[in-house]
Amino acid sequence: MANTYFTEDHEWLRVEGGVATVGITDYAQEQLGDLVFVELPEIGRKLAKGDTAVVVESVKAASDVYAPVDGEITEANTALSSDPSLVNSAATGDGWLWKMKLSNASQLDSLMDEAAYKAHIG
Amino acid sequence: MTGEDTKHLPLEDLHSAAGARFGAFAGWSMPLTYPAGVMKEHLHTREHAGLFDISHMKLFEVGGPGAAALLNRACPLDAGAMEIAQSKYTFFLNEAAGVIDDLIVTRLGDGRFMVVANAGNAAEDERHLRALAADFDAKVEPLDRVFLAIQGPDAWAALSRAGIETGSLLFMHGVEPRQHWFMSRSGYTGEDGFEIGLPEADARDLVGKLLQDERVQWIGLAARDSLRLEAGLCLHGQDLTPEIDPASAALMWAIPKELRASGHFIGADALRSILERGPSQKRVGLKPDGRQPVRAGAALVDADGNAAGHVTSGGFGPSTGHPVAMGYVDNALAKPGNRLFAEVRGTRVPIDVTSLPFTPHRYRKG
Repeated sequence: MANTYFTEDHEWLRVEGGVATVGITDYAQEQLGDLVFVELPEIGRKLAKGDTAVVVESVKAASDVYAPVDGEITEANTALSSDPSLVNSAATGDGWLWKMKLSNASQLDSLMDEAAYKAHIG
Repeated sequence: MTGEDTKHLPLEDLHSAAGARFGAFAGWSMPLTYPAGVMKEHLHTREHAGLFDISHMKLFEVGGPGAAALLNRACPLDAGAMEIAQSKYTFFLNEAAGVIDDLIVTRLGDGRFMVVANAGNAAEDERHLRALAADFDAKVEPLDRVFLAIQGPDAWAALSRAGIETGSLLFMHGVEPRQHWFMSRSGYTGEDGFEIGLPEADARDLVGKLLQDERVQWIGLAARDSLRLEAGLCLHGQDLTPEIDPASAALMWAIPKELRASGHFIGADALRSILERGPSQKRVGLKPDGRQPVRAGAALVDADGNAAGHVTSGGFGPSTGHPVAMGYVDNALAKPGNRLFAEVRGTRVPIDVTSLPFTPHRYRKG
């Protein structure tokens, strides 16, 4: 069964079998506006929590998306290369950004569940 | 995001009601986007008509027997030779010929001119113009107006439906159609369009009428920026600064030939010597390869990695469908088609020098 977690930086993680699928929340994509480019991470790259994993670019500005936990990139959403607007239209679905194998699953404990995240964004 | 000194638009309540997302710009809290989003707002303006609240910009009326002489001193302009209702794009220059601000000056009457200045420079512009006015028989009066822009191919028809006839007004002309109104056929998008300064009560009435027309939508500052960038128009503070002269900025078309040789405007001597030796850098259009935008501040290098210039504005062009940018490059490299590289987060993005604008201007000139 998959568990979904949220970060204060407006990312979501869906964790299944030690692998997290990561994206930005609907709230975040609304704040960013129309995305025109997503700089995807290399497969196999090892990230520590807080490292920049992906850069999403709107018409106006570039924004970093950070690794919410430690891990290794196993997959990037290559559909975003041709259609970055998937992040806007389906932030928590087809607009996912990358998958990572968790190296320290206990870090998930410090993240928020959906109810806490909703309270966080008010 | 907005501090105590932040200025608020007189029509802020209308923008809030329209669902605007606000952000700070030049000391003002400005609508950045509306629920449609920057992409749709941008395209709507090019296809129909976009309504912009540009009340952060400042209107000055310059009047008196010495008004033309004052403007001839402050700007590389022959104000006395302008026809009534004619508008000119011009600048305030400093002694080094750097651009203090870029402006539109319109002749309203024999001794009356309207000066439209940028928000971020309005206070400095006023100080500058008032200090100069002491030597001339002229008065500088900042006007308290709401300032609206309506831009796009349907702008004239939407104004007509709202009871404002624009028929005989051509691009770069401005008139006073009603008391305390100033309307010019000009803009910052590359499209046909109008800018209208008017009292707040009249503005509320006009906005109400215009928004009943389905061809008209509020457009935020984000799309205003992408529209002007595609149109190759400069943003003061980025593409123009007091350290940049009009020759480097490729804006010499705005300065009449006779004035280059004999003008007595502030900065004339410095500009003449820049023209004699040739500017070392030139403003050019830049088209990044692929889809990754290249932003203001990015360094440009040539194929061998030598410094070649820098980007001053960059983003994505919703109408062109690709990233667009402009910047300054060494004069020898400023030829369209020349390939350079932009440094973006440690990688080098190929970027081609290109002519401006990216989208053709569609002004109503006659």
